[in-house]
Amino acid sequence: MSFMNGGGNPQLNRHGELNHLLTIEGLPREVLERILDTAAPFTEVAEREVKKVPLLRGKSVFNLFFENSTRTRTTFEIAAKRLSADVINLNINTSSASKGETLLDTADNLAAMQADMFVVRHASSGAPYLIAQHLRATGRDHIHVVNAGDGRHAHPTQGLLDMYTVRHYKKDLTQLTVAIVGDVLHSRVARSQIHALTTLGVPEVRVIGPKTLLPTGVERLGVRVFNDMREGLRGVDVVMMLRLQNERMQGALLPSTQEYFKSYGLTPEKLALAKPDAIVMHPGPMNRGVEIDSAVADGGQAVILPQVTFGIAVRMAVMAMLAGN
Amino acid sequence: MPQRLPLPDAEALCAALAEAMRPHVDRAATALVGIHTGGVWVAERLHAALGLKLPPGSMDVSFYRDDFHQRGLHANAKTSQIPFEVDGAHIVIVDDVLHTGRTIRAAMNELFDYGRPARIDLAVLVDRGGRELPIAPTFCAHALSLPAAQMLALEQAADGGLSFRVIEK
Repeated sequence: MSFMNGGGNPQLNRHGELNHLLTIEGLPREVLERILDTAAPFTEVAEREVKKVPLLRGKSVFNLFFENSTRTRTTFEIAAKRLSADVINLNINTSSASKGETLLDTADNLAAMQADMFVVRHASSGAPYLIAQHLRATGRDHIHVVNAGDGRHAHPTQGLLDMYTVRHYKKDLTQLTVAIVGDVLHSRVARSQIHALTTLGVPEVRVIGPKTLLPTGVERLGVRVFNDMREGLRGVDVVMMLRLQNERMQGALLPSTQEYFKSYGLTPEKLALAKPDAIVMHPGPMNRGVEIDSAVADGGQAVILPQVTFGIAVRMAVMAMLAGN
Repeated sequence: MPQRLPLPDAEALCAALAEAMRPHVDRAATALVGIHTGGVWVAERLHAALGLKLPPGSMDVSFYRDDFHQRGLHANAKTSQIPFEVDGAHIVIVDDVLHTGRTIRAAMNELFDYGRPARIDLAVLVDRGGRELPIAPTFCAHALSLPAAQMLALEQAADGGLSFRVIEK
């Protein structure tokens, strides 16, 4: 089976509209901008007495989380509920998968329950693709799939909410220098950020981290590589911190977390090398004292909590666009 | 070429609409809500002409449209802004053209998510007929009949002047 519609992009339908959101890589700039533009009016919904719009009324959204997550699952749930959808959360660690049911059998069973959308998080890269491909191959393309993080591969709604945040504070993306700092190797967030930033025309994207935590050949994604954090932060407009992913760490890539903080922890002293109006972002959850100093995390330049708020609007926009296409 | 009626003068209709509304509004308490995009321009005109104290609101009803499942989410949806307390308010929904009534239904649904108004009225520049819902304007400056295949659109020139144009669907 193959995806021949939507110019070969499995995420687009034959009209070039978003049918699934699986990755930012390969999405046209207009599609990304359309999502960000659409998210803006959704931010206002949260300020109303009734924080709901009726777009997904009568639709069933299944949160399929094969891997633990609190923030992402919660914000997807809130977003779907604010769109008036019925939300069903499945924590698959404790359910059928542990009894041996395959991923596609799980999807088939939920499709038989008249699912309209799957929000999928999985430890294996490509799991949401597999579901989308299966739905298309079996003529059930009206069920939309949103990738909520797959292995080391992609976390597109996180990348989009980060772009929304940058645009909110910096307006014009085409004049910016953005640094992504930390464990790029294990980070699906970093991959989504890099693709989004380069697609949206950010002229200079830097990645900063120790050689052991940067993927080989990362510069082929169009980024400048720095192993010295002080050098890399000089003059940047935006600092995107990454979480040190202890649970994904195989073998000894780092001497110790204390050692890591010394070299790659964002302290007020290191942040002072960036532009004075630079913003600091973090996808959460933060390891205070490991990748970020509390003085920075709670400081005036941090926009980490607004990221969470914007994340709901961005996820509302994505789900509303998918459901309408 | 089908025979075309001369289009009404939008600026003159704004002035006439304001006069029709004047005896029925409370300058201190009545609030206007314009529907994007044409209704927002008309609401600005009416607000100035009537000297209302409350700032005019604006609504984009994209999130409340009843054709979402056929047509998807409208591109370029704007942020709705209701800068006054809706509970207990006298609100006049303002639009440029009244057609099927579906936009007004969506607008009323949206307004109720901000609170419970004491009264809602509807003011339009033109009622072009073709209603599909039991909705009628409280204030209407001009009525005309257009075939379903034609759309009457309000446009704003660079100098801010408003005028009507007919678009063939």
